[in-house]
Amino acid sequence: MQSFSKYISGIFTSLRSLLKGMGVTWKEFWTKKVTMEYPENRETLVISDRWRSELIMPHDENNEHACTACGICMMNCPNGTIKVISASIETEEGKKKKILDKHIWDYGSCTYCNLCVITCPSNAIIFNNDFEGAVFDRNKLVHQLNKPGSKLRDKKK
Amino acid sequence: MNYKQPLELNGLLLQLDLFLRGNLPPFWASLIEGLLILIAVLAAYAVIALILIYAERKVTAFFQARLGPNRVGKYGFIQSIADMIKILIKEIIHINRVDRFLFYAAPFFVICASVMAFGAIPFGQGLQAVDFNIGIVYVLAVSSLGIIGVLLAGWSSNNKYSMIGAMRSGAQFISYELSAAFALMTIVVMTGTMQLSEIVENQRYAWNIFNGHIPAIVAFVIYLISGHAETNRAPFDLPEAEGELTAGYHTEYSGMQFGFYYLAEYLNMFIIAAIATTVFLGGWMPIQIKGMDAFNQIMWYIPSYVWFIGKTAVLVFISLWVRWSFPRLRIDLLLNLEWKYLLPINLVNILIMVLIVLAGWTLTDLFPILFGN
Ligand code: SF4
Ligand code: SF4
Repeated sequence: MQSFSKYISGIFTSLRSLLKGMGVTWKEFWTKKVTMEYPENRETLVISDRWRSELIMPHDENNEHACTACGICMMNCPNGTIKVISASIETEEGKKKKILDKHIWDYGSCTYCNLCVITCPSNAIIFNNDFEGAVFDRNKLVHQLNKPGSKLRDKKK
Repeated sequence: MNYKQPLELNGLLLQLDLFLRGNLPPFWASLIEGLLILIAVLAAYAVIALILIYAERKVTAFFQARLGPNRVGKYGFIQSIADMIKILIKEIIHINRVDRFLFYAAPFFVICASVMAFGAIPFGQGLQAVDFNIGIVYVLAVSSLGIIGVLLAGWSSNNKYSMIGAMRSGAQFISYELSAAFALMTIVVMTGTMQLSEIVENQRYAWNIFNGHIPAIVAFVIYLISGHAETNRAPFDLPEAEGELTAGYHTEYSGMQFGFYYLAEYLNMFIIAAIATTVFLGGWMPIQIKGMDAFNQIMWYIPSYVWFIGKTAVLVFISLWVRWSFPRLRIDLLLNLEWKYLLPINLVNILIMVLIVLAGWTLTDLFPILFGN
């Protein structure tokens, strides 16, 4: 008799718990949906600051950057993604000086490991979070980071 | 043309029938009508499958706080059409060392069983392909043919996952078939007929679920549970349990052969809901209240097939709701549920129904002025 009443009450308790579960999903059915509709929400899209997508070399208003063409980033890159091409010029004092000619970075082979940014002694390069990098031709993935006509910023004395 | 029910299709069908029989010898007229019905049933089958796939994906998404397909067409309406085209042009991969004949025959068993059950459903007034006097038994019989296809698929695939999936499916299907049949028999005891059209006609003023009150409601719930189990859908989806069996009995199938299983699964969900509608919820019969003729007339303006689809849609929604609420059962718990709970409850329930009918305690017997036909 005991087990029979347990059987009956078992049916009702399990029914109740099933209905409770359905109540939870019913509420979920009407909650606000979390899907982000990407191309439409470009304006309001929030990308984390730590997101690395494109390597850039910040230039100031005088079109000056901080890269001394030391080549450390190129040496530290595990993939050979960066090519630093330097040129030498003669300063007014008659000394030879190495300056940056081209800083080439290949979007297509970068693994976003951040080693180049960490090791750069003059903090000349950073990652931005402009993630829409898709193009139809892989040659377009090779970026030159220093702008034409830019030069090294003078160290503040 | 029946002006009281302007959107009903049976007048049109009658005209067509008269036209064909007037112009052709009886044999050809019957043949053409048969072909037309075949085409209509197959077309309805495909269209309902597409709608169901779309609805399922949307409802699923909403239960998971997502939006679901919304890129192909407005609100993603033609997503399932795109999917259908994709599956039609997909390659059928030929598997080495399968039992060739059975492997290729299996999907047809599944789909044929489902189409045959689909054909017997009364979709609306006069919209029923065949009206057997043993309709319920017919539907139960042909819908259980599908399990042969599943077992053949598992056996012939030469794959352990398929085999285990098919065996589980067999155990599950045979168990729950009992409950489903008993639940329907409970109502047959009350209505005294197995003909689907008569069952619908009898529910003019009181749906069977109200007419038989307590035992009918219990039977309804049991039918929904066991019907859900028969369609192999979560939480009863052990035959496919993707976590443990990759895809269960249809692991080795590809292209349209897989598509057949997919279609049949969705349509079986619809068929279960449609039979539940017909037997418990008044089928295509509009809501009628005895004595309120004006109200009844307004209800008749909504065509019967809309009533049918509406009621069925509610049941399909419940089935999706259950699917996304409960976790999958283990095989022993699944068999426990059937053999230790549903079946005994069902047997007691059918007895109670017999007593109620004998004692005259159904609503139609108690209040003939309100509910009698
Ligand atoms: S970016 Fe930094 S590390 Fe690379 S060459 Fe310029 S200064 Fe050196
Ligand atoms: S992030 Fe890593 S892979 Fe990319 S350029 Fe810098 S060092 Fe090379």
